[in-house]
Amino acid sequence: MSAVKSVQENPVEEFLRTDRLPHVWCSGCGIGTTVNCFARAVRKCGIPLEKLAVISGIGCTGRVAGYLKLDSIHVTHGRAIPFATGLKLANPELTVVVYSGDGDIAAIGGNHLINAARRNVDITVIMLNNFTYAMTGGQVTPTAPFESINTTAPYGAYEMPFNLPHLVASCGAVYVARWTAYHVVQLTKAMVEAMNKKGFSFIEVISPCPTIFLRRNRLGDSVAELKFYKEHSVIKHGADTREVGWDETRPDEIIVGKFVDIERPDYVEAMNTHLSKRLGDKYVWWGKK
Amino acid sequence: MAEIRYTTADPKGVLTGVHYMDGNHAACEGALAAGCRFAAGYPITPSTEVVERFSARIPLVGGVFIQMEDEIASSICLQGAVWGGLKAMTVTSGPGISLMQEHIGLAACLETPCVFVNVQRGGPSTGLPTLPGQADMQQCRWGSHGDYEVIALSPSTVQESFDFIIDAFNLAEIYRVPVFFMMDECVGHMTEKLIIPEADKIKVVERRYTTKPPGEYLPYKPDPDLVPEMVKVGDGYRFHVTGLTHDERGYPVINAQAQHEMCWRLVNKINQNAHKIWRYEEEEVEGADVVVLSYGISARVALKAIEMAKEKGIKVGRMRLIVVWPFPEPRVKEIAHKVKAIVVPELNIRGQIAREVERVVEGACKVVRVPHAGGTVHDPEQIFDAIMEAAR
Ligand code: SF4
Repeated sequence: MSAVKSVQENPVEEFLRTDRLPHVWCSGCGIGTTVNCFARAVRKCGIPLEKLAVISGIGCTGRVAGYLKLDSIHVTHGRAIPFATGLKLANPELTVVVYSGDGDIAAIGGNHLINAARRNVDITVIMLNNFTYAMTGGQVTPTAPFESINTTAPYGAYEMPFNLPHLVASCGAVYVARWTAYHVVQLTKAMVEAMNKKGFSFIEVISPCPTIFLRRNRLGDSVAELKFYKEHSVIKHGADTREVGWDETRPDEIIVGKFVDIERPDYVEAMNTHLSKRLGDKYVWWGKK
Repeated sequence: MAEIRYTTADPKGVLTGVHYMDGNHAACEGALAAGCRFAAGYPITPSTEVVERFSARIPLVGGVFIQMEDEIASSICLQGAVWGGLKAMTVTSGPGISLMQEHIGLAACLETPCVFVNVQRGGPSTGLPTLPGQADMQQCRWGSHGDYEVIALSPSTVQESFDFIIDAFNLAEIYRVPVFFMMDECVGHMTEKLIIPEADKIKVVERRYTTKPPGEYLPYKPDPDLVPEMVKVGDGYRFHVTGLTHDERGYPVINAQAQHEMCWRLVNKINQNAHKIWRYEEEEVEGADVVVLSYGISARVALKAIEMAKEKGIKVGRMRLIVVWPFPEPRVKEIAHKVKAIVVPELNIRGQIAREVERVVEGACKVVRVPHAGGTVHDPEQIFDAIMEAAR
């Protein structure tokens, strides 16, 4: 009996709110895969569980916070980053992760994304990109590839999609990576690195949405999609982020890897350094010295 | 019920002494005295001096000011800070408070204790950035979608900008609601004497943190006063809270039953405790024929009109709302049965508080509106005329 039980037990169960299962995600959805990676990353990262918080916005990926057995807060659409900013600044000892989708982070939350990267707030943003607003039925997003079919772009999208790694890198993010739901080992490693990186870190995870995006664009099921990721991904660590944009539904090359890993004082460090220089002993240092 | 835990102000934040400053600066000092250690803001006239002062003072006290990219960000950034363990506020006006509405709903739903300072200006839209209005009085109660209740206070003087913002922070902690501090451009920019007492004379309410261990604690299981105890991120509770309709565990539950339970509690936790929250000032109400009911700067302007009417032999009393929401319904009703009329001067033209008075008195006396579109205060003559008309 015990042997059977140990086989059935999910190895990342201790990080999940099992009392909330089954979850809302479709079978074949890539979100669950990334959550698995995240749970493994949490185990490996060495950060005490009680000091780790996950904040999500709205959407299919926005439901991640609700399934993680960590301090987890599910806020409004697009605003997980400013919430995370306040949380991190209030208690700099916390590790704060924002886990949300492309519509949430890049469209409605775009202003917060660029400003948090610029400020180098010490948070990690894991942005799952399935190229559509899945929860509301598949509307066009600022990441939707040219000509992709969406309910609000029924004849195909014609706006230029965001190149998000380049956007956040040019705003000053200190860690920028892109992986796909196929690259579970690399993604897990990137999550560990990002959480331990001081400053604003950003991981774009390309992920299949079989129910909406793949179906509507006749791209097959998620197995076909993962196969596509596998066959077309090219790992280019340190790639020039200008070159990593994803413009077509089926690009020849999916450039993945760790694009940026640099050092720059994070928000709290910059604040403490600057204000103590200006105010001397009168300044009350914020957080641990 | 978890007892309300009072302490006294941390002397680090208290500038004890006699000062001469404006209402916006006084509100900042009051916030610091109340223990506010985090502010997120975005520049907007006529409120900006509050955060300007905060940004200069907080490095000397210990805490954080961050100027966010917009008011939407400010209004949720402060909630992150609250869940991280600090007392926090944001400060805005006009278009800024309109942008913040979604997060006022979030604060109501997550039951985040926090303070929204609104130094009211004339609207709609960009309106009158540098001139006063009192036209956000209903918005602060109803502005975000859905059912919830808030608390709102309105100061009339610089001293009250200091004193009452401390009450605003305390009420936020007791009831775990967003509390509005409804100033106006006149009170914000008026310079007067301010006395800041010694720190040990200032009462401060501590957050209702639970003493239950993880495993026993449920984020939204209310105490008998309908307010749940709180935890903060980082304490090992590994809790979940959401802006979705939720149960006592904090887990989303998308059905009518959960909605019923959550919304009724959010409304009732204020309504059932309203008698402990109401606050107003009265003068010569007993025996009066006419009572002037007002708040903020308008209550102050009305004093002159009351004096003029008294000189004409009219028996005029006055009632000034300090806490505007929840509205002191029973007391206003009681007064209505004793007087000929209640006169309500305010800097908006559709009777934002006057219509609440009308609703409450149910025809027991006349209610005379003294509307003004804002941009300046009433001419006392206008209020005087209304009193004379009402007394007839
Ligand atoms: S709709 Fe798409 S993104 Fe959402 S859960 Fe289903 S497969 Fe995943």
